[in-house]
Amino acid sequence: MIHSDRDSNGVCLRVTGELLTQSLETVEQAFSAFQPDGGNVTVDLSKIEALDTGGAWLVANLARRVRAAGAHVAFKGLKPAHSALLDTVAQNIPDEQGVEAEHRSFVDWVASVGERSVGSWNDSMSLLGFLGLTLHRLVRTILMPHRLRRAALVSQMEETGFKAIPIVALMGFLIGVVLAFQGATQLKQFGAEIFVVELISISVLRELGILLTAIIVAGRSGSAFTASIGSMKVQEEIDAMRTLGLDPIEVLVIPRVVALLIMLPILGFIADISALIGGGLMSWIDLDVSPGMFMTRLKENTGVWQLAIGMIKAPFFALVIGVIACWQAMQVRGSAQSVGQRTTASVVQSIFMVIALDALFSIFFSVMGV
Amino acid sequence: MDGTVLEQTSKAGAQREAVIRVRNLTNRFGPQVVHDDLNLDVWRGEVLGIVGGSGTGKSVLLRTIVGLNKPAAGSIEVLGVDVLNGPEQERRRIEKRWGVAFQDGALFSSLSVLQNVMAPLREHTGISENLMKALGSLKISLVGLPQLSCGKLPSELSGGMRKRAALARALALDPEIVFLDEPTAGLDPIGAAAYDELIGELQHALGLTVFMVTHDLDSLYAICDRVAVLAEKRVLVEGPIEEMTKVDHPWVQEYFTGPRARAAQEKGQDR
Repeated sequence: MIHSDRDSNGVCLRVTGELLTQSLETVEQAFSAFQPDGGNVTVDLSKIEALDTGGAWLVANLARRVRAAGAHVAFKGLKPAHSALLDTVAQNIPDEQGVEAEHRSFVDWVASVGERSVGSWNDSMSLLGFLGLTLHRLVRTILMPHRLRRAALVSQMEETGFKAIPIVALMGFLIGVVLAFQGATQLKQFGAEIFVVELISISVLRELGILLTAIIVAGRSGSAFTASIGSMKVQEEIDAMRTLGLDPIEVLVIPRVVALLIMLPILGFIADISALIGGGLMSWIDLDVSPGMFMTRLKENTGVWQLAIGMIKAPFFALVIGVIACWQAMQVRGSAQSVGQRTTASVVQSIFMVIALDALFSIFFSVMGV
Repeated sequence: MDGTVLEQTSKAGAQREAVIRVRNLTNRFGPQVVHDDLNLDVWRGEVLGIVGGSGTGKSVLLRTIVGLNKPAAGSIEVLGVDVLNGPEQERRRIEKRWGVAFQDGALFSSLSVLQNVMAPLREHTGISENLMKALGSLKISLVGLPQLSCGKLPSELSGGMRKRAALARALALDPEIVFLDEPTAGLDPIGAAAYDELIGELQHALGLTVFMVTHDLDSLYAICDRVAVLAEKRVLVEGPIEEMTKVDHPWVQEYFTGPRARAAQEKGQDR
């Protein structure tokens, strides 16, 4: 607490109690409420029970304000230990606080729009460059297969492919069930139940199977790629590799991309088969289309081209997912927070690119008439 | 101030108050026993240096005392509170009375340096934003960082500056005990000496008790009142560093009488 007395020599402030950082809120008001009026001030600190840097700051700041008003400050009853602390704090009070000024004017806004535009253009170019670099290393690896890191490749295949089989198969099965169920209610109105076979097989084999598999893999493995390589970037492991003459693209990116190139078609195929099984089962239960009939119609009316069209897209999706995930990882700068941001960006970007690419393929195939 | 420090570190006994009391501590990671029946006292107002070879559990001891690692057996009292089995509320209160500076700073990477230092104030006190900023800048200035670094992110600082910022955050609540994990590791000799001096100064000015894990012989000679040597899964010896050369143990002998130790000793005496 502060008691203020006025006598012939000026104001005498008697401070009592504890001046500790953790309980400073009780005295903070009293200190800031004191307005120096140009008269001399005596601060009596003989009754304080405890003082730490926080309390010392309040006292030192008060003294500074009094001096700024052109008056003298004297301390009374100061204990030696407190005096040393007060001196240390007074010497270290920064003249100007390092404040993070935030002025946002219209010009700043225009500048930030410009910065963002240039930034995203640079990002696109950098991504394109990275794609080229990866393709170059990929071709070199194909020409010189001994350069491929087999152990890394196999472990990535297990991680991105083998361990994804349950989730991909379950997803495919459920998609088949949903298509059959939704198709059945519509087709029943026309008495065209039997066309449920084409509905399921064409939509799944051509589009849904591989598209949804790619989306799951982008979320599952793309994020893992970005997070793991990104953390390596933070720990300077990538720099260490470069100094050891190891090419990070060859060591980290190629095994992952190749693993995706091999495993994504397989996962897509598994999703297709599971969807057909799910759809067939639902057709049998709900529409009385027997498995035999399902198989016959599948063979007669759905050409192998439908499967091929789906499978052709798989390596492209794999490349997009792998390259975007690894590129995002390489953009990680400095902190753990950056890894998180890049991982999110990686998943969003690769899913978007997969869908965009799928749309392009759709247009291409329909123009080609397949 | 000097007088009281001397009194506390002298072997008078009666004035000494143990702020940390570790008894029969056992730490195990799987089959590997790190500490076996370890006892240690830290007295109020002293700078205690913990030394030991790699893998002798120096950092584990620090982590166990501040509650980041649950020991297999034993008891730990900090400022009279049982930090292992005491009531939750009391343990929470104790956490405000110590500060920990980790080896690589462990600053929150998404916050600026000033915000990092303000974080404990914001969490544990009710003071106004302006005062918080003022105290934050004061702490940053106390540890010898320029005010320019207030607005910077930890990733924009050098290793030495990060260590200083970590110390500023550890000091934010004006704790009674400060734990430092390898405070001078990775600093250049000038930076390390300046950091030692800083810790010594702050310890005198603020009356801190410092628990310091270190490998740096210069620090031991320059600022530590007492040294505790971890070896053979326990505190092998403890005492003023001058007495360490008399200990009859191969590792202790090698550590404190090697060429580096002699150089550090001469430097320490020069101060």
